[in-house]
Amino acid sequence: MELAGLLSYGIFFVTLVGIYGLLALGLNVQWGYAGMLNIGVAAFFTVGAYTSAILTTAPSSGHLGGFALPFPIGFAAAMFLSGLMALGIGLITLRLRSDYLAIATIGIAEIIRLTLKNETWLTGGVRGLANIPRPLQGWLPGYDALLYMALVLALVALVYWANERAWRSPWGRVLRAIRENEAAARAMGKNSLSFRLQAFVLGAVVMGLAGALYAHFVRFISPEAFNPLFATFLVWVMLIAGGSGNNRGALLGAFVIWIVWSATEIMVTRLPEDLVTRAGALRVLLIGILLQVILLLRPQGILPEKPPRPARRE
Amino acid sequence: MSLLVMENVTGGYGEADILHNVSLRVEPQEIVVIVGPNGAGKSTAMKAIFGLLRLRAGKIIFDGQDITNWKPDRVVRRGICFVPQTDNVFPSLSVQENLEMGAFVRDDDIRPAMERVFELFPPLRAKRRQAAGTLSGGQRQMVAMGRALMLEPKLLLLDEPTAGLSPIFIDQIFEIVKQVNATGIGILMVEQNAKQALAIADRGYVMAQGANRHQGSGRDLLADREVAEMFLGG
Amino acid sequence: MELLQLLIYGVVLGGVIALGAIGVSLTFGILGFANFSHGDLMSAGAYIALVFFTMLSWPLWIALPIAMIGTAALAIVIDRSLYRLFRGRHTVILLISSFGVALILRSLIQIVWGPDTITYQMGIQLPYRVSGIRIRPDQVTILLCCVALVIAVHLFLQRTKMGKAMRAMADNPNLARLSGIDTERVIVWTWLLGGILAGAAGVFLGLDTRLHPEMGWTLLLPIFAAVILGGIGKPYGAIVGGFVIGIAQEMSVLFLPASYKPAVAFAILVVMLIIRPTGLFAGRSTV
Repeated sequence: MELAGLLSYGIFFVTLVGIYGLLALGLNVQWGYAGMLNIGVAAFFTVGAYTSAILTTAPSSGHLGGFALPFPIGFAAAMFLSGLMALGIGLITLRLRSDYLAIATIGIAEIIRLTLKNETWLTGGVRGLANIPRPLQGWLPGYDALLYMALVLALVALVYWANERAWRSPWGRVLRAIRENEAAARAMGKNSLSFRLQAFVLGAVVMGLAGALYAHFVRFISPEAFNPLFATFLVWVMLIAGGSGNNRGALLGAFVIWIVWSATEIMVTRLPEDLVTRAGALRVLLIGILLQVILLLRPQGILPEKPPRPARRE
Repeated sequence: MSLLVMENVTGGYGEADILHNVSLRVEPQEIVVIVGPNGAGKSTAMKAIFGLLRLRAGKIIFDGQDITNWKPDRVVRRGICFVPQTDNVFPSLSVQENLEMGAFVRDDDIRPAMERVFELFPPLRAKRRQAAGTLSGGQRQMVAMGRALMLEPKLLLLDEPTAGLSPIFIDQIFEIVKQVNATGIGILMVEQNAKQALAIADRGYVMAQGANRHQGSGRDLLADREVAEMFLGG
Repeated sequence: MELLQLLIYGVVLGGVIALGAIGVSLTFGILGFANFSHGDLMSAGAYIALVFFTMLSWPLWIALPIAMIGTAALAIVIDRSLYRLFRGRHTVILLISSFGVALILRSLIQIVWGPDTITYQMGIQLPYRVSGIRIRPDQVTILLCCVALVIAVHLFLQRTKMGKAMRAMADNPNLARLSGIDTERVIVWTWLLGGILAGAAGVFLGLDTRLHPEMGWTLLLPIFAAVILGGIGKPYGAIVGGFVIGIAQEMSVLFLPASYKPAVAFAILVVMLIIRPTGLFAGRSTV
């Protein structure tokens, strides 16, 4: 493989790792910091992507658009809507056991997916939404992809830094106290529900940003890309593999699992033609098995953090 | 040979120890009561017998056999039954089904045992098909004890059987405890109603902060000035 | 009479959802976790039947029991080899693991049979016409089998020792252990029962609609809605919940586009979570 191609693939790879890294960081705030079990990551990712896409694209007959707003607005709106959705879901399910939140988030992800497919006036349906503009395009001719990758990485670094600061701040300390012993924290007068809701919303905001970045990266989105497999399951495997509760773990997990996932793709392209669709399922099978192995052998991940180790059930 | 011996038991649920060197003993057909202030570790001591704790040290010997750290279903088969303080019935099952579940490990005919339970707790007979969750607190306690008696154990562990009950029911429960004991079953009971409990007890142990404090016959403990000041409250 | 027609469709769908919901409700109550792989277990049942019913052309009344037993065996194998190793750990681990199991099952189905939609039989069935209402023979079969299965489940739960032990464990797992009930055996029977019903539900779903690898997954949300509606750990609640959700979904086409039917289930789910999370029959719910 020639150097240019390799480099190009490398940039592509790193950009996607960055986007998934953001998703993992967002999930870490929700699960690692606040114990909120979000199995509907896809929903926030999707809303972010489509919001930014719709707001920034040129007019089109296939979908709602034509606002052609600047990227910062698209990104901000993506983050805002995603956070708003999280606020709604969180308020309803906050007081209930984590399984309920999990079910509710799956439900929301399903509803979003249905909306995507059916409200073609809005989203272009299964035909998708094309010609999404790319930020920083043309600033340095010939280096578009590299520039975008740099943007993504810069945002990853920013969110990582923000997460770490938040963890060490008084806000983070309260969350930690709540996680250790919710009853005691409540006795101290801390409204634990409110703090957990804040973490849930903030995590969703990050996911919305990831979605927007994704949309402008691939420049064409359709409901298929937001299949719960890719958008939710992979992110969870990343977080668990890397070490949940841990920002470094989240990024490391994104990196490692994306390598594994990409490696399976390369292996699969070597298979004969008629096996290719089956091969896609084979990749899913491998990742599913990998998750079980990790849960059995090293549930704390590569970089364990003292909490939140899953506690022993009485 | 003592029915139950607890020797220098130390342990807890996880990292921290709750019990420190606790020892006690139940002779056959005795009523033994454990009393003490809140947080004394009384219920924990009883749960240790039933295998619900992780013991770091000490031994528990029942009827001559070392049952230390045995799991609950093994302990049950050996002849000890436990009535927890709360959540002690199956609410959606009928009274009769609750009793049947108490006898789960038995293969033989359980109707005589069920008859004896209904004789001990007459109100339950009329309500045998009623869901246990719909009964009053006192009746639910009867179901809870009845369930434990279905295996005709040698030793019955009762965790605060009168908690939250009205005075009439409290008297009734203590009466029933005496009746059960009269059939030959040993009773080990944790109680907050220390005065009434000690009054029917053969012997008692006073615990505080996870360790033994006093012990003696029921009557002696009742008369003891220190014990009275501690918490009997006159 | 459009209303009655939709009601019939709703009852058929409701039966399928109910069968799936009983299993989920019991495993939720007894094992304490939301089993995200139950939908794909149903899919597995449908595809097992495909082998015998379509590929070998055996009659349905043989293929169906084989699929039910096969699915039960699958469920038990998954529990003994995987979920059992997580016992005592936080239920969240089980939930995430079950999500992975769902994907494993789905990908296995796709590897063997491909991603396309298949039907059990070629050709169109002529529906019966009863006073203006159309109902296909397959749907009649499904309804009769559902009724029979629900009765069988009821008798099992009420009359057998294991059935009562299952209800006891769903009510109060701690007390069950304290009473000496063999909890591991009850758990195996729970998977057995859940698997049998899931297998049947999958076959019925395939009969009523079509088979494709995601068929069970798309029913998972309505199943969860039914379980929460009826109360976790309450099998009878799950049955009622299943029929309510099924009927609501089908009748929703009167004012919603058909593709939004699952949204109806979700809406009911959200309403229940807000007003009465413990379910209509007061199941268990703790933070």
